Amino acid sequence: MSIRFDSVTVAYDGDLVLDSLDLTVEPGEVMALLGPSGSGKTTALRAVAGFVRPASGRVFLGGRDVTDLPPYRRGIGMVVQQYALFPHMRVDENVAFGLKARGTARSEVRRRVGEALEMTGMAGWARRHPRELSGGQQQRVAIARALAIRPDVLLLDEPLSALDAQLRSGMLTELARLHRELPEVSMLYVTHDQIEALTLADRIAVMDRARLQACGTPQELYRAPANEFTASFVGGANLLPVTVGSGGVEFAGALVKVDTAEAVAGARATLCVRPHLVGLGAGPNQLTGVVREIQWRGATHRLYVKVGEHDVMADVSELRNPPRRGEEVTLHLAPDDAVLLPAGVSHG
Amino acid sequence: MVWALPPVALLTLFFLYPLALVVQQSFRPDGGGPSIQPYTEVFASQAFRQALWTTVWLALASTAGCLALGFLLALVIAFVPFPGAKAVARFVDVFLSFPSFLITLALLFVYGGVGMANGAWTGLTGAAQGPFQFLNTPWGVLLAEITYFTPFVMRPLLAAFSQLDTAQLEAAGSLGARAPRIVRTVILPEALPALAAGGSLVLVLCLNEFGIVLFTGAKGVTTLPMLVYGKAILESDYPGACVVAVVNVLISVGLYGLYRVVSRRAGA
Repeated sequence: MSIRFDSVTVAYDGDLVLDSLDLTVEPGEVMALLGPSGSGKTTALRAVAGFVRPASGRVFLGGRDVTDLPPYRRGIGMVVQQYALFPHMRVDENVAFGLKARGTARSEVRRRVGEALEMTGMAGWARRHPRELSGGQQQRVAIARALAIRPDVLLLDEPLSALDAQLRSGMLTELARLHRELPEVSMLYVTHDQIEALTLADRIAVMDRARLQACGTPQELYRAPANEFTASFVGGANLLPVTVGSGGVEFAGALVKVDTAEAVAGARATLCVRPHLVGLGAGPNQLTGVVREIQWRGATHRLYVKVGEHDVMADVSELRNPPRRGEEVTLHLAPDDAVLLPAGVSHG
Repeated sequence: MVWALPPVALLTLFFLYPLALVVQQSFRPDGGGPSIQPYTEVFASQAFRQALWTTVWLALASTAGCLALGFLLALVIAFVPFPGAKAVARFVDVFLSFPSFLITLALLFVYGGVGMANGAWTGLTGAAQGPFQFLNTPWGVLLAEITYFTPFVMRPLLAAFSQLDTAQLEAAGSLGARAPRIVRTVILPEALPALAAGGSLVLVLCLNEFGIVLFTGAKGVTTLPMLVYGKAILESDYPGACVVAVVNVLISVGLYGLYRVVSRRAGA
């Protein structure tokens, strides 16, 4: 079932927390709402669930306007960061809750509870209480509880944020598997973690300061971000202030050859380059600078090199003889790997 | 060990010793040695049995009323957003510090024989008497006790409700549950320890309530504390008064013990 935001605006006491959001999640699609805290992503999700009333705009589920419907009539599955399991109920009672609330027949309840627990790998824990389970297990139960009512739409609000890193990657794989098993369920996945968004989502909607900044497939956003915020929030990037010249841009006194087809000569712009696409040593588009900081990250070295007035980050495969701080090094970047963006905050 | 002595000494001097005196007196009929005669006399008397029954049913009914009313009011204050909800919650705290007879006095002003409600009625209809004559019946005592003790139930409930994860209520809502089902299956089970705590406190307080019963002036309503007062002050029957007092203490302590056992079983 599709989810559609039609100019949805939410304000608390005159503070705009969601500014005229237009977004459509296709049936069966996983859409990640990615952004820092306070970006409005959770508010958008709560507007779909019915816990937040838009000041203006409409919310549609499968073409039906649900803006005025109470939560209990929307038929949505919801999973939140802190699990929100009912502590006095056993696992199977938790999962049965939604079915009982809908007046499902008892034999059917038992079958669907078993099915949901099987799907999340919690069948062996049916008679335990939530407090006897680990965080990861509790989140599986919460997912089973949301899936038991067979929703067409599943809302996930930072579902993995309370788990430790190792568990998180395991649960990420589980969620991807669940989506393959339930291909018709649309998922809206709120997260501040770009790895989760890149791994799981068919498309990512990047949010910042109550507004939608960009929306596209992970590859689109990563390879060709639309603006500085998207570039730095999705994947991390060097954002270098440049002036457009002919056939390239001028950065820190050097000419960098890039595609300037869509830029006006003489205009200010931002050159976006992913750190792992910056090479060390001689090559095309050479830049010379002084190593300000070097970090060993196992498989890679991260270099912060001061070129002119600006830091350029470079991730290179682990070096046998890494340069020292203060040493002069040469960096290079392929013309195809750099993207020219409209000038933004990087110009100060 | 040394530091434990002063509080123990104070406790003994001001609390345990007088209590022991009461118990001792209850076994000493006037001018006689130790005997269980005061007990057999009191237990045999119709007045005592009547008072025991009145005390128990009034306390149980008041507690039930306080629990029902307190749960409802706390629910509204905690979960139904309305301007001034915080102020009302504060007022509950202040209410707890009021003396119990004050409430009775206020009820007398409103519903008493010559109170506002009856005054308005007689003024309007010219009748000799107003329709509100329940205040000096057991129902008046019940009303006064429920009015006064309900905040004692609300206090722990409001504390419990503030701990309740609102995400649970939202999860229940999105799973298809409406408000009554959420109250019954999510809020109520988590409020049980608070209800047990508030309820048992109110039950014990009602068993021992004196001021309210005295101030309503209900002639037919004699509770155990009233009986103690009557025997000791009006009849100068100290052994009898002490026997009733001992029974009252035993009921209170017994109920408290029961509450501890139940609450530990409930894991609270």
